[in-house]
Amino acid sequence: MNPFKERKEHLFTLKTMQRKGKQVKKVKKQEQISESLLVNCPKCTNSYSKATLSKLYYVCPNCGYHYKISAFRRIKLIADPESFVEMNRFLTGNNPLSFPGYREKLNVLQDETGLVESVITGTATIKKIKAVIAVLDSRFLMGSMGVAVGEKITRAVEYAAEEKLPLIIFSASGGARMQEGIFSLMQMAKTSAAIQRHGKKGLLYISVLTNPTTGGVTASFASLGDIILAEPGALIGFAGPRVIEQTIKQKLPEGFQSAEYLLEHGFIDKIVERKECRDILALILQLHEKRNEITC
Amino acid sequence: MLKELESKLKAIDQELEHMADNSHSPAQVLMRRQLERNRKELLEAIAKSLTPADRVYLARHPKRPGVRDYISYLFTDFLELKGDRGCKEDESILGGPAFYKGIPVTVIGQCKGRNLEENLKYNFGMPGPEGYRKVIRLARQAEKFDRPIITFIDTPGAYPGLEAEERGQGEAIAGCLSVLSDIRVPVIAIVIGEGGSGGALALGVANTIIMLENSIFSVLSPEGFASILWKDSSRSDEACELMKLTAGDLLDFGIIDYVIKEPPGGAHRDPGQVFQDVAILLEQEIRKLTAVGKEELTDARYKKYREMGKL
Repeated sequence: MNPFKERKEHLFTLKTMQRKGKQVKKVKKQEQISESLLVNCPKCTNSYSKATLSKLYYVCPNCGYHYKISAFRRIKLIADPESFVEMNRFLTGNNPLSFPGYREKLNVLQDETGLVESVITGTATIKKIKAVIAVLDSRFLMGSMGVAVGEKITRAVEYAAEEKLPLIIFSASGGARMQEGIFSLMQMAKTSAAIQRHGKKGLLYISVLTNPTTGGVTASFASLGDIILAEPGALIGFAGPRVIEQTIKQKLPEGFQSAEYLLEHGFIDKIVERKECRDILALILQLHEKRNEITC
Repeated sequence: MLKELESKLKAIDQELEHMADNSHSPAQVLMRRQLERNRKELLEAIAKSLTPADRVYLARHPKRPGVRDYISYLFTDFLELKGDRGCKEDESILGGPAFYKGIPVTVIGQCKGRNLEENLKYNFGMPGPEGYRKVIRLARQAEKFDRPIITFIDTPGAYPGLEAEERGQGEAIAGCLSVLSDIRVPVIAIVIGEGGSGGALALGVANTIIMLENSIFSVLSPEGFASILWKDSSRSDEACELMKLTAGDLLDFGIIDYVIKEPPGGAHRDPGQVFQDVAILLEQEIRKLTAVGKEELTDARYKKYREMGKL
């Protein structure tokens, strides 16, 4: 690795740690209050305390609404405890179009979310089977894909191909990131090409679509899984519902572009409730282990 | 600005046409010459003063040469093949084998109409999933018979409609990206008009990407971009500046490989010249790429996209 880049990353780490130091205190305070505070379910409007929800995988016990959860929480729910090792954590993009206010916006989001970019990648074991995992986080610019996100995903996929590991990607994204323009668009080609190469080696890729998965992410790696799973009620599509309504000048039917709708139309294999996700992923991984590795 | 100059130009053209019938007296010949001179100056002024928004306007110009024009000039014996073998025929994607100077190639392009009737037929150049699945089918066929693929990109974007979603627009585009990324024949993409979003990129995973000077290639239409970022699609001119969607910008970024100059005022003012330049470049690229080994070809393509926006 080039020493300048290393130094830059080191400085960046210090910077984010400093910022995060401030942030941690703030978050803790907020959490103390919010633990007892009630959260309304956006679907059935019942209210629950955060403590209750966290025990219920952040799923409404009344109507089954799956709350949006952070990438780290997602990993905690599916990976073996302490098994996750993050890769390329401090990789960030530039501002290739010199888009006004973009850098500042990223800084604010980094402070608010504790994330460096809208995807987390790494390796983990699920019931002792090792896999490469990437999780998009919709709190960070709608989980949109710019150069850094495309690069992190591509590096993760290439690593999986090199190490002959299965790959799991949880998508939650509004699509390509507008502020990085054409560079974001090209990440669709880059990630798809990497997935294709991983697949050609006979390796497994499980794509899990969570709420929402749209635009350039749907039209690239998210749709290329050997097996595609989705969370109940997730919005999944290429064009957003508002754009479609404007184009066809009529209201869209109830449940259009929901996970259930996609299942019915043959675009996903299975809808998986959050609490079952770890078991299902483990089962799929077991079903795809290489034959000579199975001991009778 | 461009529209103003264009209307002046139109007035001159009309006058010239009017004079063509009765222009034998010396005074009229002089006047005619003057008009022609003015016309040339105007065209040069247009070429010099183009803003990104003007280029978007030219890229969408109804008279701009479309894929059919390129096919009839560049190739011989084009055999149009139809259907995705799954659902239906999508007219907005045109494709099939043809000869390029005696070499069999596969041509795939996006069609736009010149009038309302044609536009309805071609769905304003917005393919649905069936169109993209036809692309996959034709690309696989080209690979089987070892034919280089030449794509012509000209679309505002993939169709954002109910049925398109129902039949998996996203999945179809993703399929194009992954198939074209490792297909074992040369792929050359030419952006001839609008290169809008994932719907354009689906035909744009290539060894060589060429753009016409006044064509555009962008993450979204400027209107869509303005509407997403500022909730105001009328700020599209501003978006055009910011998005860096012109051929010149993309060449500087290293996203594309070549820009083909257009005649003053846009490709529609002298299509013949544009076709000739495309033909020269195409021949060079086909020769270069067919000499390369198959493994090398797919590796080079992978590397090309791998390095875009390198960190």
